[in-house]
Amino acid sequence: MIEYNRFILDNGLTVLVHEDAATPMAVVNILYDVGARDEHPEKTGFAHLFEHLMFGGSIHIPDYDEPLQRAGGDNNAYTTNDLTNYYCQLPAQNIETAFWLESDRMLSLAFSEKSLAVQRKVVCEEFKEHYLNKPYGDTWKIMRELAYTIHPYRWMTIGKELSHVENAAIDDVKAFFFKHYRPINAILVVAGNVKTEDIKRLAEKWFGPIPMGEKYLRCLPQEPVQNEARRLVKEASVPLDAFIKTWHMGARLDKNYYAADLVAEILGGGASSRLYQSLVKEQKLFSSLDCHHFGSTDAGLLAIEGKLVKGVLIDDAENAITVELQKIQEEAVTVSELQKVKNKTESIIAFEDMSIMSRASSLAMYELLGDVSLMNTELEKYQTVSSQDILRLSKEIFRESNSNTLHYLAKKG
Amino acid sequence: MLNRKVSPTITDAVSFNLHLRQCEQYNLDNTIPVYSMNAGTQDVLLIEWVFEAGNWFEQKNMVAATTNFMLKNGTTHKTAFQINDHFEFYGAYLNRTCYNETATITLHCLSKHIAELLPIVTEIITSSIFPEEELAIYKQNQKQRLEVNLKKCDFIANRLIDEYIYGFHHPYGKYTSTLDYDNLNREDLQAYFHKFYTEGRCTIFTAGKVPLDLATQLNKSFGTLPLQQRTLPNIQYNHQPAEQKKYQLINDADGVQSAIRMARPFPNRHHPDYQKMQLLNNVFGGFFGSRLMSNIREEKGYTYGIHSYIQNHIGNSALLISTEAGRDVCEATISEVYKEMRILCEEPIDEEELSLVRNYMIGSVLGELDGPFQLIARWKNYMLNKLDKNYFYSSVEVIKKTGAEELQELAKKYLNPDDFYELTVI
Repeated sequence: MIEYNRFILDNGLTVLVHEDAATPMAVVNILYDVGARDEHPEKTGFAHLFEHLMFGGSIHIPDYDEPLQRAGGDNNAYTTNDLTNYYCQLPAQNIETAFWLESDRMLSLAFSEKSLAVQRKVVCEEFKEHYLNKPYGDTWKIMRELAYTIHPYRWMTIGKELSHVENAAIDDVKAFFFKHYRPINAILVVAGNVKTEDIKRLAEKWFGPIPMGEKYLRCLPQEPVQNEARRLVKEASVPLDAFIKTWHMGARLDKNYYAADLVAEILGGGASSRLYQSLVKEQKLFSSLDCHHFGSTDAGLLAIEGKLVKGVLIDDAENAITVELQKIQEEAVTVSELQKVKNKTESIIAFEDMSIMSRASSLAMYELLGDVSLMNTELEKYQTVSSQDILRLSKEIFRESNSNTLHYLAKKG
Repeated sequence: MLNRKVSPTITDAVSFNLHLRQCEQYNLDNTIPVYSMNAGTQDVLLIEWVFEAGNWFEQKNMVAATTNFMLKNGTTHKTAFQINDHFEFYGAYLNRTCYNETATITLHCLSKHIAELLPIVTEIITSSIFPEEELAIYKQNQKQRLEVNLKKCDFIANRLIDEYIYGFHHPYGKYTSTLDYDNLNREDLQAYFHKFYTEGRCTIFTAGKVPLDLATQLNKSFGTLPLQQRTLPNIQYNHQPAEQKKYQLINDADGVQSAIRMARPFPNRHHPDYQKMQLLNNVFGGFFGSRLMSNIREEKGYTYGIHSYIQNHIGNSALLISTEAGRDVCEATISEVYKEMRILCEEPIDEEELSLVRNYMIGSVLGELDGPFQLIARWKNYMLNKLDKNYFYSSVEVIKKTGAEELQELAKKYLNPDDFYELTVI
């Protein structure tokens, strides 16, 4: 049970406080309700590039990192398709430094041309390092474009192509900031050795004067139900054939989310999972194999991906997966197999909640989903999933017409 | 009116009195030492068995790592599947890792399940059988994984730079080939297992919400095993550093980035310069605000990240600079690294920068003292390196007090460009 206090400033900024006197540290976490899905299709990668620019100086403070480091603190940030999250940790005595820094960059950035020029390059190097200069690096670029026809999940957070990042202009930066980085679109979480009264005072003092901004009302095209299987073959100079297949599943708040999560766990969560045992160990068709889903806010994807043992035909490998998927649709899971994945979930939640940093980001995430109290009821929801739910969900998800298949093959010769 | 140009008053982290929480120590009946850190709020537990079974002791490449990996792949009573299924049923994670001197088994679990899990760990340590079929799968899959990794410039660069510093016949410098996997056989693994696990030398570390009877449970499961009796062979390796200092390799003609590694030998934690070097290294390339990062990423945009660090070795170590930079700016990146070295040799670090780094480092240490797993990791590091808590307090003093002149002398000693190996892999 994670305790918290919640209040909202007059300018619409939602504030959550999680007190933990056992630590000498404090975490300040600010989540902005904007991610890659909110980008223009011709200007992708922008939310993430913007995250870099948030460290390029704000209106009154030329450098974000330096004063924080001087206060004994450290920070980082990440962008997903759904959201952008900034967090810093510092000795609790010095927490006001974090309020000063974070509120100034919410008030306004400096919009430095130089910072933009440098960070465009840095992000292009990041793009190359993670997606271009690695074997199979473009797998998810291809798969997203195959699986999504209209929803903006069809591009990766890093962007569709280098040129989108290279062409970002300072006017785009300004417009993006004043549209999305306003108190009304942000959630502030403070966790650690702090008192709610003090945080209230500090929040009023530093964030209170920032203009509210306009609530960003998201109106994204939702992906229609897929009624025909899509398949793609790609050849590249990689050493091994790879198989990747995805199926559409429900949104994060869909009541079936928990059962879908457990389906992925039963199939591919660990060395005793069905796919690993059957296809890697017994049939020796794959040298690695994984089943996971994205947990995305809008309707997401459940994926199975693996690399084939050399000499195995990809159609044989795919057929063997289909057989396993038939089983989970036709035979109810045993009591003990279901209990296993629930126990694993209980354990994952307990380990996740160990650090104040991860408690803070979880609180922000659930608040963004619409109800922070969800954080404390997750385990109960997993506990109520029945073997019938697993059967029903598997049938619903693993329709062939709901699938997207990519054969990523090693180029011959 | 709020003045946003002025920073709020801060307490300098260097004024903090850092205190390292003591860890409890006891021995099992067969003298296995146990270090325990009972702390934290979640009902979670970490137990780590550290065996002196790293690749230091192997006579054939990959025997130590494979023995360690295959501890979960079958005992006289259980198949690999049954072992995995058992731990996963209780939501537990049993991992194993092979290092140079040591090889570990690590259990993460909810405290309430510990009694169901310890006996299986005993079974693994006493009666693993390394089935032929499991070994064949392992070899095949590892060879395939290696083939994919060999396409990556950073993977190649990491292997080669170690070879240049230590020599290929030193445990710190050697790496794996397909042939090494082909040469592995079950008998080698069984012999290694028997000598270095079943009858080997072990230290146990526990942390988290430690159940009251854990000592009793550990003693029951591990206190009567035939461990700690043997003296391990005293093996010494000679360093055979490469003569040639500069290397350029093209692994992928179409590569868009180059992996850059620069390195020089550096002594281990017992050397009087070691702790001071950590401070100097932070200024140089040890954190986001370092000179390398500020210049080469934040000023020039040549890379997504550049870091310098001292390798985490128990024996002699090395100081490394590591980055992946655009192919066209690779040479420029290297010359900027040398330029930053020269500046540290020629000019004392000004007090403002130095105090920032001191505060940042003390703040980080404070953060690392938070939570049972982080605390036991620190104690483990001290124990394995034959250090004690005085090392902690002296390192804090070094961060707080080492002056700019002393750091400049240190830079002259260790940041001389002529001493560095230099490698680029495209």
